[in-house]
Amino acid sequence: MPDARSPMAPPRSLVWTRRVVLGALTAFALAPVFVMAVSSLKPLQDVQGPFHWLPSHLTLRPYRDIWHTVPLAHYFLNSLIVAAGATVCSVTVAVFAAYAVSRHRFRGRRLFSLTILSTQMFPGILFLLPLFLILVNLGNATGIALYGSRGGLILTYLTFSLPFSVWMLVGYFDSIPRDLDEAALVDGCGPLGALLRVVVPAAVPGIVAVCVYAFMAAWGEVLFASVMTTTATRTLAVGLQGYATQSDVYWNQVMAASLVVSVPVVGGFLLLQRYLVAGLTAGAVK
Amino acid sequence: MARPALPAQHGPTAPPLGAPRPPQKRAPGRSPLARILPPARLRRAWLPYALLLPALALELLVHLVPMLVGIAMSFRQLTQFFIGNWSAAPWAGLDNYRLVVDVHAPVGADLLASFAVTCRFTLLSVGLSWLLGTGAALLMQDAFRGRGLLRTVFLVPYALPVYAAVITWAFMFQRDTGMVNHLLHDQLHLTGERPFWLIGDNSFAALVTVSVWRQWPFAFLCLTAGLQNIPRELYEAAAMDGAGVLRQIRSITLPSLRPVNQVLVLVLFLWTFNDFNTPYVLFGRAAPRAADLVSVHIYQSSFVTWNFGSGSAMSVLLLLFLLVVTVLYLAVTSSRRKDA
Repeated sequence: MPDARSPMAPPRSLVWTRRVVLGALTAFALAPVFVMAVSSLKPLQDVQGPFHWLPSHLTLRPYRDIWHTVPLAHYFLNSLIVAAGATVCSVTVAVFAAYAVSRHRFRGRRLFSLTILSTQMFPGILFLLPLFLILVNLGNATGIALYGSRGGLILTYLTFSLPFSVWMLVGYFDSIPRDLDEAALVDGCGPLGALLRVVVPAAVPGIVAVCVYAFMAAWGEVLFASVMTTTATRTLAVGLQGYATQSDVYWNQVMAASLVVSVPVVGGFLLLQRYLVAGLTAGAVK
Repeated sequence: MARPALPAQHGPTAPPLGAPRPPQKRAPGRSPLARILPPARLRRAWLPYALLLPALALELLVHLVPMLVGIAMSFRQLTQFFIGNWSAAPWAGLDNYRLVVDVHAPVGADLLASFAVTCRFTLLSVGLSWLLGTGAALLMQDAFRGRGLLRTVFLVPYALPVYAAVITWAFMFQRDTGMVNHLLHDQLHLTGERPFWLIGDNSFAALVTVSVWRQWPFAFLCLTAGLQNIPRELYEAAAMDGAGVLRQIRSITLPSLRPVNQVLVLVLFLWTFNDFNTPYVLFGRAAPRAADLVSVHIYQSSFVTWNFGSGSAMSVLLLLFLLVVTVLYLAVTSSRRKDA
């Protein structure tokens, strides 16, 4: 972005302050990434002794071993099912709700917005205990296993990302000219037809961004995963933590596993950062 | 828990979803069909509610109903014997509350200590995150080579899954094999002994470090976006009047950022105060006393001792505290903004 503010070059002191401060912040931000990457390429004896910045020799063994030491593939699959399920459900529900908020004036519109947003303020710990009991009791009453199942986790996670998804999608839908869906209505589509055939295709970038956001939220959640999963449904969040708190920790493997589970979300986030950042900060800036 | 930017919308600066918009009435008779077919009109009236129903039902099921149940639970003597049928648990009145606020008994004293730790932790973590975010946003206001790349780099802590990042920090803080002691002790010789970071009093510093690391990119993002909304002409006019860089920051930048800061600080406060993931992954189930944050404390006293009644009472008190702080904060910061 060209800068038109100052016609002169910035003063030298400012340039140096900038270099030093931003350099330090870069080191701070990337230190864990560096440690993760380097340690994952070290042989076991390297991580059992004092730390060194570089491996004594490079090895890819940790990346092979992680799949055998713990059922990482199993955790991975569970996380993938839960995160994908929560994403699809959350975004679908959010599309309908956002369409209603964006295109219809109705009584209770403001109340709906406030209700759904205020749920975000409360500490997770507050409704963890009751939700846990409700799911146990619902399961006992209906025979549907909700506690300990991936379904229960999907149900929980989808509500975490739902408010933000609705909020972001309303913004996207508002930017799509109403004439488009009015034209579709005149052409004989029902309101749902207008939504699915006209509005949704036009909002694809926003929907993709919301999907990435919802996926990240579910992929990284720890608290509910640690209470609401059993051995069979354990997700990466719980599995990896168990891996790292064994009595004898293979840190090179743990670092390799951490890197492997980070790649999908970090990659997606950085690829779509433009859309996501706009949405993430929209609330604070507007 | 997920970290959406949502509470941001509570601030009076952010028009909530339902902010009044210019009414957009459909001109009657615009579509002749609509007049001939009243059922279509009727359908229109309930349609928005039908579209909202799934979202509303899910939020009610997972957030609001459990919250009400939680409040009800806090008045009962709920131990593991009543998990299967919690409504059969004996009525306890205010006993749970009396237990958790009695600072002379161990339970209340521990909760008070944990609350004090959480307050100190929140102040430090929010302050530092805000400082780093503001500093970086200001320094990156002007274009320079590599700015785009740096922005991406600064987003990495935010994008990493919490547990992967915090586990890595736990490795870095290991006493004998970690990077932190290698740097501080072996290379910079700053400490006489290799310090422990994950037990004892140092654990507080470790926790603040990790929390700031995860939090400051969000402050940076919000402030960068806020800075872009300040009209350039303001700076040009100030420069013309002879204002230096620092003066410009004080008289233009900070006042213009006020609405962003109002919401940002509140969001950071709520996230930090409620933070569970960072201490839980960093220390495991038993957090050291110096870093015993309130969420982990409640989790432990509920799921380790299986006493859900007093755990719920603690949660309700936490919620009340957060509500009061939020309302006071919004009242104070909003009235000050009106005066200004």
